[in-house]
Amino acid sequence: MVLQSFKNCLWLSCVLRTPKACFWSAASGDLIIQSVSNDIYQNLAVEDWIHDHMDLEKQQILFLWRNSPAVVIGRHQNPWQECNLRLLRQKNIKLARRRSGGGTVYHDLGNVNLTFFTTRKKYERMGNLELVVKALKALRPQLDVRVTDRYDILLDGQYKISGTAAKLGRTSAYHHCTLLCNADKFVLSSVLKSPYKGLKSNATPSVPASVKNLFEEDASLTSEMVLDAIAKEYAVQHQINHHITLINPADETLLPGISSKTKELETWEWVYGKTPKFSISTCLNIAYKDSVLDVKVNMDVKHGRIEVCNIELPEHWLPPGLHSELVKSLTGSKFCPNETTTLVTTLLRVCPQDDELHSRWSLLCENMIRLM
Amino acid sequence: VCIHRVRSCSSIRFIKSKYVCVFDKSAFKFSHQQRLFRTSPVSCGQIVQFKLSDIGEGITEVTVKEWYVKEGDSVSQFDSICEVQSDKASVTITSRYDGVIRKLHYSIDDIAFVGKPLVDIEIDASKGVAPEEDVVETPPMSHEEHTHQEIKGHKTLATPAVRRLAMENNIKLSEVVGTGKDNRILKEDILNYLAKQTGAILPPSPRGEMVPPLRRTEAVPAAKDKARKVPAPLSRPIAFSGKDRTEPVTGFQKAMVKTMSAALKIPHFGYCDEIDLTQLVQLREELKPIAEIRGVKLSFMPFFIKAASLGLLQYPILNASLDENCQNVTYKASHNIGVAMDTEQGLIVPNVKNVQVCSVFEIAVELNRLQSLGSAGQLGTSDLTGGTFTLSNIGTIGGTYAKPVILPPEVAIGALGKIQVLPRFNGRGEVFKAQIMNVSWSADHRIIDGATMARFSNLWKSYLENPASMLLDLK
Repeated sequence: MVLQSFKNCLWLSCVLRTPKACFWSAASGDLIIQSVSNDIYQNLAVEDWIHDHMDLEKQQILFLWRNSPAVVIGRHQNPWQECNLRLLRQKNIKLARRRSGGGTVYHDLGNVNLTFFTTRKKYERMGNLELVVKALKALRPQLDVRVTDRYDILLDGQYKISGTAAKLGRTSAYHHCTLLCNADKFVLSSVLKSPYKGLKSNATPSVPASVKNLFEEDASLTSEMVLDAIAKEYAVQHQINHHITLINPADETLLPGISSKTKELETWEWVYGKTPKFSISTCLNIAYKDSVLDVKVNMDVKHGRIEVCNIELPEHWLPPGLHSELVKSLTGSKFCPNETTTLVTTLLRVCPQDDELHSRWSLLCENMIRLM
Repeated sequence: VCIHRVRSCSSIRFIKSKYVCVFDKSAFKFSHQQRLFRTSPVSCGQIVQFKLSDIGEGITEVTVKEWYVKEGDSVSQFDSICEVQSDKASVTITSRYDGVIRKLHYSIDDIAFVGKPLVDIEIDASKGVAPEEDVVETPPMSHEEHTHQEIKGHKTLATPAVRRLAMENNIKLSEVVGTGKDNRILKEDILNYLAKQTGAILPPSPRGEMVPPLRRTEAVPAAKDKARKVPAPLSRPIAFSGKDRTEPVTGFQKAMVKTMSAALKIPHFGYCDEIDLTQLVQLREELKPIAEIRGVKLSFMPFFIKAASLGLLQYPILNASLDENCQNVTYKASHNIGVAMDTEQGLIVPNVKNVQVCSVFEIAVELNRLQSLGSAGQLGTSDLTGGTFTLSNIGTIGGTYAKPVILPPEVAIGALGKIQVLPRFNGRGEVFKAQIMNVSWSADHRIIDGATMARFSNLWKSYLENPASMLLDLK
């Protein structure tokens, strides 16, 4: 029933304040919810929570969310392969690993995320994406948007405006996708370019694509309009009120256990430690005094830690004891620039106090750190 | 007491103690008090080939990305077995059976086929049948004991009764939020979970009600308590299922072990004193707003650091380094004063370079820079090397006196306690409120003697107690 009469209402600011404890159980029929938070970890935790705790047999859910700048890699990807980690650290852009598969994406407030929660049996990505396309066309009929068989949405037949990923559990499933409305394309392309050479890995690779923002086609559009159009179309297809309920991902009474889910997503062990085993084989060309040194480095990294480390230096460039000390200390250590910096500078305290030696050590270590 | 079963079935399997433990796990853990009788006849565990079920969307093959179990692990129904990926979808495969993993049919990155076997699970025939057949003779406190299983980090704490309730209702324990101690799953949690599934409206149960363990809610009502005498003292052992956790010492921690071991080879002596910072506190209050306008947070450290540098000009041996064989002392020209910082990783000591040519304000600017880099985990190698003298402001966390450890290759270190407001006598014999801070110095007794340390400390103290005197000697 319903929908036309609600056409006027419901921008996102209209919220039905249901008593929290009854919220999930009282709502009957499918739900449209939106996060008030722009924190990538909190929002990913909401997806986890719904996936683990909600009985989607009773109600399917559409979840709308946006994040402040972040790079999100897929469950089985390698962040070193996918993005420029140095740049991320410099620009204070967060790195998150989601639980669904697929490739790497850049989020900022100009990107809208949609998650479709269903039971495992009702999991159907094409239908969801067609819903989005239908909504966009209803909003602006002249938009040339269509779904491809790789589950992307293309604008003008060539620009990717949406990427998809999914997570399936025993009884529940979710399909989420991005939608580029007004994201910073310049930052996007620079952070998604990996500078790291010599990486060999079986991690899922991303497929790069040319992107475009929806708003470049029609500057009168806003994120609110897009979200509302999608919510409206979902409401029509699911025969419910066109009504978006705001939820706060920090609300422990509404979502018991959510803060520990959020914390887990932020840990180094999840973000970096879940990287599938990979190896680095490269040659550092270090300019020293009047010559250039060739230093061959080979490392195996498992669970984000250096499992095997080999550094081939010109003979006696460093005293052999020191060389083996460096290799021994790096083995088992996190493949992380901060950890390595503190490690090598601390080790320097127990080396012979020789300026020449110190400068060689620092030079070598700084180049090693640049690999991370 | 563990019960060994002799197997006489045709499959060629001998008893391994591990094998027996799996089935009598609960008996093993609390073996003093509990004995397990099986009423069903002993038989071989049946090996079932668990096939990869349909993923949907017509997908026929997936890539195995991560195993959550290995051969020999025991699994319960609904525990996660592995993670597979297909065309941007990541799928968690869960077990349909209780049993022991006997074979993994694929390695990481292999392609697995829908409908083909994924793992072989040995189902315990007696366990596979309804649990009511087990007759468990337990001591009175059995409800306190809990069994837990660990499969690659998925740990669920719940009493046997709660586990049975979950099983009967087809609930996966890892999907239930435990609100008891240590996230233990209580009966109420199962009921709450069920209510959510059926759509029943439950009033929110505040956490406080969850805390008393299951057992006490079955206790007699209050009225009868009066008739009771003094409650009987604890006569049963307290079941504690916590486990020790061993981790290797790696990376930065390993380096600290080396450094600290070397440091303790240095013969340390200590020297402590009390500094009256009343005037400095006032001075800082006046200067803080000026620094703020310039965009800098001004703490006490820039003053302590500058005063130390002025002292080192008079006593340069404290800014020196002794070589390994103790043959030569090198007097360092630069005063690179290290500031100990507490971060997530542990203690790191970046240093402010060339304090001897820096103003107090410049030191404050540099400190701000090092502090923000330190908290972001982005300090560079040059920030962390080259230090010649260290101050550790442990007082920001707490404490008065300390016994700091010298950081090689330096020869001295100072630990600053917290600033306390204490009563002191002034020159006229009157009591006044003084801002007192304690300093604890440690120095290398091979080349530093007590008198030198004392004189340096006195000079440093006089600069801080009477900040105007710093003006005379500032370069």
